[in-house]
Amino acid sequence: MGVLLGISIFIFMNTMSMGFDRSSSEAFFKSTPHIRVYQEDEVSKPMQTAGQSLPLISNPQIVPNKKAIENPYELLELLRQDKRIKLAFPQVNSPVFYNIGMSQLQGTAIGFPPTAGNEMYQIQSFTVQGNVLDLESNAMGIFIGAGIAEKLNVETGKQISVTSSKGVNLNLTVVGVFQTNNSREDNSKSYVSLATAQQLLQEGPSFITDINVNVWNPEDAPSIAPDLTSVLGYKAEDWKSANKAYMAAAKMRSIVITFISFTLLIVSIFGIYNILNMTVSQKINEIAILKAMGFNGRDVVQIFVLQAVTIGAIGVALGLVMAFILISLLQHVYIGGDIGYFPVRFEWTVFLKGTSIGLFITFLAGFVPARKAAKVDPVTIFRK
Amino acid sequence: MIVLETNSIQKFFYDPVEFQVLNDISFQVNKGEFLTLVGKSGCGKSTLLYILSTMDNDYKGELFIDGQKMTGLTQTELAAIRNEKIGFIFQFHYLLPDFTCLENVMIPALRLGKKDRQEIESLAYQKLKILGLEDQALKKASKLSGGQQQRVAIARALINDPLIIMGDEPTGNLDSRNTQIVFEILQDLTREFNQTIIAVTHDNDFAKASDRTIEMSDGQILSM
Repeated sequence: MGVLLGISIFIFMNTMSMGFDRSSSEAFFKSTPHIRVYQEDEVSKPMQTAGQSLPLISNPQIVPNKKAIENPYELLELLRQDKRIKLAFPQVNSPVFYNIGMSQLQGTAIGFPPTAGNEMYQIQSFTVQGNVLDLESNAMGIFIGAGIAEKLNVETGKQISVTSSKGVNLNLTVVGVFQTNNSREDNSKSYVSLATAQQLLQEGPSFITDINVNVWNPEDAPSIAPDLTSVLGYKAEDWKSANKAYMAAAKMRSIVITFISFTLLIVSIFGIYNILNMTVSQKINEIAILKAMGFNGRDVVQIFVLQAVTIGAIGVALGLVMAFILISLLQHVYIGGDIGYFPVRFEWTVFLKGTSIGLFITFLAGFVPARKAAKVDPVTIFRK
Repeated sequence: MIVLETNSIQKFFYDPVEFQVLNDISFQVNKGEFLTLVGKSGCGKSTLLYILSTMDNDYKGELFIDGQKMTGLTQTELAAIRNEKIGFIFQFHYLLPDFTCLENVMIPALRLGKKDRQEIESLAYQKLKILGLEDQALKKASKLSGGQQQRVAIARALINDPLIIMGDEPTGNLDSRNTQIVFEILQDLTREFNQTIIAVTHDNDFAKASDRTIEMSDGQILSM
């Protein structure tokens, strides 16, 4: 029973924590690529290097460079040849004002190739109206956040005017509305086609601010990013180092959950240990008889360890079933928001881990009382 | 033929104070002999039996069984020798209560592992039959009366055809009728099967009827 609870809770908690991680990183990747390649701000260096006779006082400053990647299409070609990379596309970010009549909203227009962008950010999964892919055919389209749509009181098919920081004014047709439930994004972000964004910034078709890269497994991003930095010559930043605070929180959460589930496991081990300890005390006469009849210490250890592992195996099996039931129940709990149903899935690795840990631990829990049983001296028992 | 020999065995208890329980015990047991150890309680006869049975190996002196020196062997080696050469009958029958009589009888033979399970089973039946218990074979040991349990214990002691059967007050817990039965069985075993038996007893009638009696007092042999 103890093992049953221990194992099922262990598996359950770990699955939940994996579910959380997965759902939060999924939510994360709705607006963030795995790796972002961009031109980092450069700080000016003194003309003279130290060590020379004449000291030069200089004021290090950001070099007023264009924040653009110079040869984006060659770099993209290079990235697409890399087998570790799933997806790469160029992006242009432009700060803009959305206007309708006298009202004005501040925000960012993100220009990207709609098909690739949708594949990366899964935009269709949080679309409320219209379709982001319409940006492909409608060069003067804009796909806006729900907050903007509400405040400007527009819907699909209506026109809004967009003014960029360079003073360019464009009338764009709303092709759809998205809602991420992150109010800051909903109130400021919009997606446009690459050409529109370049037009807003008064730049040509080769002007690209970022290259977004998705790799096959998000966990590999931190190891791939430095390679890209050295190959491309631009800063490649992975999502983990770009969001250190988030990663720390996630790590802390998983440590807490691991601790709780291990505590439960330990409690259940003591359960088994107690049961067997009591059995040894109860059966001490029988053990003495067996020893008198020529069973040696190792035989006795075998008997008790076998018993422990049997109890453990039954507990683990029932624990697996219980965890399975709990998880299937939880999958049908509706949370609401953009999460919908509770984000928990069957993680077979966790089930496997729980089983092996459970069996190993019951083996240990059986071994200690078994050693005690093996040391029983039949003479002292018979004398009583 | 000598099956068991002791050479000036001495045994001390250290708790609570040092106390000599056995002093210079030397004797021999021949094959087919029915030997009883008698004496007042506390004279060391049970202690001596535990030493003879190899369960207690903390003593001075030497013990030989079947010509082989037991003194100085490890517990594991002794366990193997006990399993093969010695059968036990205890005062409180000491069967495993959760097993059937047949299984109780089979256990030492299964441990020895010289025969396969079926052979052992038929052998165990045969032993139970000698003791008139074949119809009780599949009952749980705890369901039997005291006299029946003691007879099952004898069958168990016989299963490996041991060199010596050792009994610690084998009739101590039985009424006179069952005492008589058990005693007759033991006597039959020595006469018909030339079985060597060493038993500790309080019962003077029992002792008188045996082949030889060793009387002990204060850890020494009074008479052989």
